[in-house]
Amino acid sequence: MVKAAANSILYLDDVHRSFDGFKAINGLSFILAPGEMRAIIGPNGAGKTTMMDIITGKTRPDTGDVIFDGEIDLTREDEASVARLGIGRKFQKPTVFETHTVEDNIVLSLKGKRGIWETLFARRSPAEQERIDELLGLIRLADRRHDLAADLSHGQKQWLEIGMLLAQDPKVLLVDEPAAGMTDAETMQTADLLREIAGDHSVVVVEHDMDFVRALGVKTTVLHEGSVLAEGSLDQVSNNERVIEVYLGR
Amino acid sequence: MLARAFDRGTVLFLVILAIAVVLVPLGNLAMEPGSAAYLPSYAVSLLGKYLCYAILALSVDLIWGYCGILSLGHGAFFALGGYAMGMHLMREIGDRGVYANPELPDFMVFLNWKELPWYWWGFDIFPFAVVMALFVPGLLAFVFGWFAFRSRVTGVYLSIITQAMTYALLLAFFRNEMGFGGNNGLTDFKDVLGFSLQDDGTRAGLFILSGICLGVFYILCRVIVTSRLGKVLVAVRDAESRTRFLGYRVEYYKLFVFTLSAMMAGVAGALYTPQVGIINPGEFSPANSIEIVIWVAIGGRGTLAGAALGAVLVNAAKTLFTGWFPEIWLFALGALFIAVTLFLPKGVLGLFARKRRRRTTPPLPGDIPETAPDLSREMPSGAQPKPAE
Repeated sequence: MVKAAANSILYLDDVHRSFDGFKAINGLSFILAPGEMRAIIGPNGAGKTTMMDIITGKTRPDTGDVIFDGEIDLTREDEASVARLGIGRKFQKPTVFETHTVEDNIVLSLKGKRGIWETLFARRSPAEQERIDELLGLIRLADRRHDLAADLSHGQKQWLEIGMLLAQDPKVLLVDEPAAGMTDAETMQTADLLREIAGDHSVVVVEHDMDFVRALGVKTTVLHEGSVLAEGSLDQVSNNERVIEVYLGR
Repeated sequence: MLARAFDRGTVLFLVILAIAVVLVPLGNLAMEPGSAAYLPSYAVSLLGKYLCYAILALSVDLIWGYCGILSLGHGAFFALGGYAMGMHLMREIGDRGVYANPELPDFMVFLNWKELPWYWWGFDIFPFAVVMALFVPGLLAFVFGWFAFRSRVTGVYLSIITQAMTYALLLAFFRNEMGFGGNNGLTDFKDVLGFSLQDDGTRAGLFILSGICLGVFYILCRVIVTSRLGKVLVAVRDAESRTRFLGYRVEYYKLFVFTLSAMMAGVAGALYTPQVGIINPGEFSPANSIEIVIWVAIGGRGTLAGAALGAVLVNAAKTLFTGWFPEIWLFALGALFIAVTLFLPKGVLGLFARKRRRRTTPPLPGDIPETAPDLSREMPSGAQPKPAE
């Protein structure tokens, strides 16, 4: 199995997972190359979120391989260790620490030691400060750094969460519906932001919004009933008859 | 690190505490009875008891206010610390008990026990008892937390099992066979480290010690909550799974702070027993643990100083009320809790903090700074940050 996974950053093979008889993931196979950005679309219940849960250690698959970086078996890790290995996740609903300032949100996300003593005695180094400033600039929140995250608009929270992901400096970013609830302008800016990120990281974006996926302009995977229905450019998959039948043709 | 912990409120709290620690013993020891500044001896012990409750409230605020762990069983850790000290005080009675047995406490003689149970061994040594007052509550919290936090028991479910824990201990300690004095608990203490507990000087000393412990724990809590660790705790409180997906092992953080908090509660109990003169299973009663949470809520959750203040205020009110109209105290407490929840969500301390708080004012649509010009141009007006009301 490891041989097949070589040269991939994320490798899922024949993964199954059912909840009380409902097959949420049913023979899913998926390969992500290092540095690749991939969009995943699919109707509600297609298994998109469960797939993310399996990759990030929140849910264990019943059977199947989930391999990270060509050799690490993710099915044995929990959320914290998957995060430490270098997989960052953005939730569908923007989840930031509302009672912390924007800057503190980034500080907590910075790559570094995660132990109790290390955090108790942690001091902010100049290198960390530089990284914080850089990230705040990238997510366009530099002037809001001392405001509570709770005071941000919905779109700004989405960006802050993306910034938190970047602060972890992960190898893979899993981004769940980053444009949900955004205005059209914000949606396009988010697409820009993700494309900017994609150079250095591998990114998986789950999205409903077709305009957004089109703006990303990357290879697209269509999920349906827990497995891959089609894969290719957005134009290819949207002309695929089965895809039209289950999803686009409604 | 220390500089961050000592803000104005912290210094103010410590100054007030220091003044109390000096003035209360002076008022009792240096003043003549009958003078206006004289403080009767019972009042010194009473105030000392409030300080123990303040430590207890502090320990609950650390986990509830900052980490979102609502323990409704913290009275158990307090009582265990109290029992550890009580066991030492029982051994120290020696042959001055009613049955004049140099080895066995009176209640064991009364039960016809022939020898000291193994778990009483060592309690004749004061430092051992002090270590046990920290260790036993800490160990219980660690084991309890290990299972609860690893199984991801949170919220109301955790509160319920903490309540069950203290209730189980209540029932256990009521049993004579447990060897902790059953229903009556441990009492009739004579002295501690050779100083008579009836003595004014001893009472003043215990009061001062309680004040110092409160101060030290307060500083410790401040250092923790102002460190990055403190930020992680608040992060766990506000968005636990987000914290986990950032790579923090949430259960370890909870376990650390829960165990530390239980040990603080144990110290509070150890200071409480000699000042009150008795420790009995009533301290394990679930209602006691709920009351602690009420003190914290009234004083101001997540403020530390507020928790200590709440403990003192509510207990002072309790002392006065139960003297005047004993039958309506619980109604008054309930009404107070409801009133605070409705009108002072940040507690009594929130009243002061509200005046000082700097309002965070996001930039208005017209004056978005240069660093984000693209946003101000492209965002439709609906997506602009809302100005604060």
